[in-house]
Amino acid sequence: MDTRLEKIVKVLQEKANATYEEFRDEVHVFINAGQIVDALTFLRDEHQFSLLSAMTAVDYWPEESPRFHVIYQLTSLTQNLSIQLRVLVNGDQPKVPTATRVFEVANWREREIMDMFGIDFDGHPDPRRILMPEDWEGHPLRKDYPLGYEEPQFTFNFEEIDLRKPYAKE
Amino acid sequence: MSEYQLQEIPVGPYKHLVSERALTGETMLLNMGPQHPSTHGVLRLLLELDGEIVINCIPDIGFLHTGIEKNMEAKTYLKAEVMTDRLDYMNNMGNNLAYVMAVEKLVGLDVPPRAQALRVILTELQRIASHLVWLGTSGLDLAAMSVFLYCFREREIILDIFELVSGQRMMVTYFRPGGVWRDVPVEFEAAVRNFIKIFPKRIDEYEALLTKNPLWLDRMVGIGKLDAATALQHGVTGPMLRASGVNWDLRKIRPYAGYEQYDFNVPVETKGDTYARYIVRVQELRESLKIVEQALNKLPMGPVCSDNRKFVPPPRSEIGTSMEALIHHFKLWTEGFVAPKASIYSAVESPRGELGVYLEGDGGPKPYRVHWRTPSFDNLSVVSKIVKGHLVADLIAILASIDIVLGDIDR
Repeated sequence: MDTRLEKIVKVLQEKANATYEEFRDEVHVFINAGQIVDALTFLRDEHQFSLLSAMTAVDYWPEESPRFHVIYQLTSLTQNLSIQLRVLVNGDQPKVPTATRVFEVANWREREIMDMFGIDFDGHPDPRRILMPEDWEGHPLRKDYPLGYEEPQFTFNFEEIDLRKPYAKE
Repeated sequence: MSEYQLQEIPVGPYKHLVSERALTGETMLLNMGPQHPSTHGVLRLLLELDGEIVINCIPDIGFLHTGIEKNMEAKTYLKAEVMTDRLDYMNNMGNNLAYVMAVEKLVGLDVPPRAQALRVILTELQRIASHLVWLGTSGLDLAAMSVFLYCFREREIILDIFELVSGQRMMVTYFRPGGVWRDVPVEFEAAVRNFIKIFPKRIDEYEALLTKNPLWLDRMVGIGKLDAATALQHGVTGPMLRASGVNWDLRKIRPYAGYEQYDFNVPVETKGDTYARYIVRVQELRESLKIVEQALNKLPMGPVCSDNRKFVPPPRSEIGTSMEALIHHFKLWTEGFVAPKASIYSAVESPRGELGVYLEGDGGPKPYRVHWRTPSFDNLSVVSKIVKGHLVADLIAILASIDIVLGDIDR
């Protein structure tokens, strides 16, 4: 690990009780949901991590606690460093405090996670779906959400399947 | 026609996004898109207008959402690659590169130098093709029709080169984990040299038409100003960030695929307006051409694919004579190779900015999670900030200068 990152991880361990993992020169720091906003502010202000490069989530269903990881990929332009923060979220009413006050890019990224995974962001200024239609049911990127396919129609079941197809009928 | 009636847009769901004057009906809510020619695809902008001045702009995306991230989870690492061409359809080679680099990082696979050089040549040609589409369409948006025709004429040459190497003009899937699909044909070098010879004069032609054209300047200088701090807050990257004075190009700062061997400049402008973004991209055309020429001069001989048979399928000629090759071929195209239970994030510089891939394996042959950090998504999120107070006609110029690709935004 880069010595500069080592120092940062050490502070996060002391301050926020964080743990970390390393894989192929990447550092992943695990942080409690309650301290994520403080950790992001600390990294942005004290260590110039001014760019929230990516923000996403992973679903580990059927595990329930934790079911989701919310991932923050941060980049420091002045130091040319990257660090990844991960927040563990339980499957029952998943909720994470919003990061929009630290990075405005989190606004759309959190809307995307909300839309795709059904994780709520506490205090989000504009909690609407972003990619799916407003009246969509379910959260497509969850692992218990089927991929879906079109049913093949044959002569014997053509009409039966046609009836439940979702296109407009006369 | 009488059954079609104009419908008023309800303010309700957008209450927290518009000004109070919209609630009393003093300002107007107007839909622009999703079928408006200047939105470069299916983008809907909900505008709050006071006369012709934009008070608020609320982008509505998702019309082109095809669930590529979900689909990739259901395919093996090799087969999932065809989905990547369909993401940002102006940067097919670049998407391939981002994906194969992520897979190579996850499984720890080496790439021979000839494949690296070919990757650089083709992604830089792709960058030129993408910038040409941007230049042509933004010219069209601002009523410079001939530029559009010129740009597409040159883009054809590049697409022909792609067809030569991969058999496809756009959906190439040419880069594969471990190298490239197969070696380039003998005509490749002459075709690229021909392009290198004619293209500099063509750039001069575009610049003669636009750079000092008073109409072009009128429509662009001082429009849609974006300062560096706001850009970073909104995650803006690529030419848009460099036009705001931040020198950040992943090819220079974290060189990948052998970019450190080539000598090129990163154009940076400080004004941050639409014109600065134009200047940065036009200069990038010249720089990309420099890289293509150097890479072609240095192009080493040798294999174009790793010979690690646990990840790279054997060539057709081996399958007929070697039992082992037949087994590898069969295993790789049915089951696929397995990747460790771990996650990586790998990013490349696409024509629009940082194109990142978050790839997670679960020890099996299919990706557990693929997330695409697409530059257009974040670049578009800043539009509601920078159009405030401009005219609707300027919004067209600003939108053109962001260079959005809806396939990149909606995934």
